[in-house]
Amino acid sequence: MSFATKSPWVIHYDASSCNGCDIEVLAALCPGFDVERFGIINTGNPKHADIFLVTGSVNEQNIHTIKEIYNQMLEPKVVIACGVCACSAGVFHDCYNVIGGVDQAIPVDVYAPGCAVRPEAIIDAVVEALGILDKKAKALAAKKKGA
Amino acid sequence: MGKATVIPFGPQHPVLPEPLHLDLVVEDEVVIEAIPQIGFVHRGLERLVQTRDYHQFIYIAERICGICAFGHSMGYAETVEKLMGIEIPPRAEFLRAVWHELSRVHSHLLWMGLAADAFGFESLFMHCWRLRERILDLFEATTGGRVIFSVVKVGGVTRDISPDMFERFATTLSGIKGEYNQICKAFLTDASVKNRTVDVGTISQQAALDQCMVGPFARASNVNNDIRALGNGAYGALSDFKPILDSQGDCYARVKVRALEVLQSIDIINELIAQIPAGDIAVEVKGSPALGAEASNVLEQPRGECYYYARGNGTKNLERMRMRTPTSQNLAGMTTALAGCDLADVNMIVLTIDPCISCTER
Repeated sequence: MSFATKSPWVIHYDASSCNGCDIEVLAALCPGFDVERFGIINTGNPKHADIFLVTGSVNEQNIHTIKEIYNQMLEPKVVIACGVCACSAGVFHDCYNVIGGVDQAIPVDVYAPGCAVRPEAIIDAVVEALGILDKKAKALAAKKKGA
Repeated sequence: MGKATVIPFGPQHPVLPEPLHLDLVVEDEVVIEAIPQIGFVHRGLERLVQTRDYHQFIYIAERICGICAFGHSMGYAETVEKLMGIEIPPRAEFLRAVWHELSRVHSHLLWMGLAADAFGFESLFMHCWRLRERILDLFEATTGGRVIFSVVKVGGVTRDISPDMFERFATTLSGIKGEYNQICKAFLTDASVKNRTVDVGTISQQAALDQCMVGPFARASNVNNDIRALGNGAYGALSDFKPILDSQGDCYARVKVRALEVLQSIDIINELIAQIPAGDIAVEVKGSPALGAEASNVLEQPRGECYYYARGNGTKNLERMRMRTPTSQNLAGMTTALAGCDLADVNMIVLTIDPCISCTER
């Protein structure tokens, strides 16, 4: 697991974001911020991913997709809510089709605020997620040894 | 002839930054029919006009879409100004047009990067996004935000741009232009790019007209449809504006139209900056829209014509606010282009309409 804790792969899903946070997630991966130099790669396959970046709030239509992606990811896994809509539904909190933040669907480990979330905040959140991922990996290994 | 199979495409797919679901009915690798399913991004924000007053709603309007954020705040503000009969200062009109064209450059560069990613040209993707960062730096220096700016208000704009900053605009844009020409050359002449785009997803001019397609998607099929040519606001000051058209109607033509529009937008920004008038940047707005007053407005977004409609009810809240966004017009064209294409070309065709799902579903 040590390689994964140093160079996690991320999967990104746009729940019902306005795109602002999505393009900032991509901008963090591209030149300018370039987290790929640390081995953080955006993947389309939930089974390859260690970190789940969700942007936007949860609604009736996409709640199943978010749960499905989360369930397909292998342990250990960390969820980051990117942007204020993913944290608490933000300005859209009283829209009729919005249930709330991502924590209404799946357990969230790190909250990255901002509208739109800045790439620096995403990088901070990923760094924090690395620590959580490491802890979860160790707990998983200990559990396997004990069993 | 094989048996028809249905392949689900999306809502989570590496090529799609946004959730869109397509049921692709395929027979031997050939797509017979594509059935779109939407609703993953629907928030129902048009209804928020009932609880937010018309000054507050501009921040909601801006968050319809993070890529065309500036266009939506500008379109909403213009509609409410029409509704209340407000005349804004000419300098504010020019500043709005400069930021709007800058958004078009950023949106097209973003799209070109995603398109390069879709046909597997990773380094071209990175180069487009590298140039885009420099546009975002200009936004950050003048508005404080990278993607959501909040500089437009009903009655004008909240921030002015100083002459020094306009100098910086000119130097940055001329610097970008040189590097951009190299990227353009890769998009338009590289054999590996042409293999993926030429004669893929062709739409005839008649089909484009029949399906009311808008924006660069329609202009690539030789439909002369560009709202900027009407000369609304500061666009009336442009000496010679001609929409960029192409007659091929395939993916290559759509890449070409957008690639040339970036250069056109840079020229428009330079022309507007050269003749920007001095004066105030906003007028004070008081009162409420009258009961039963109606206004509509059109605006050329990076993705095409966007239509706004507003109705007042005598209070601070609007009775109704409605937008018809370019992607909802173009979805019919996309399903037509997908019918009969190879399965491997699906992501290329979906991307060349430049889908903006959060605009469409709101």
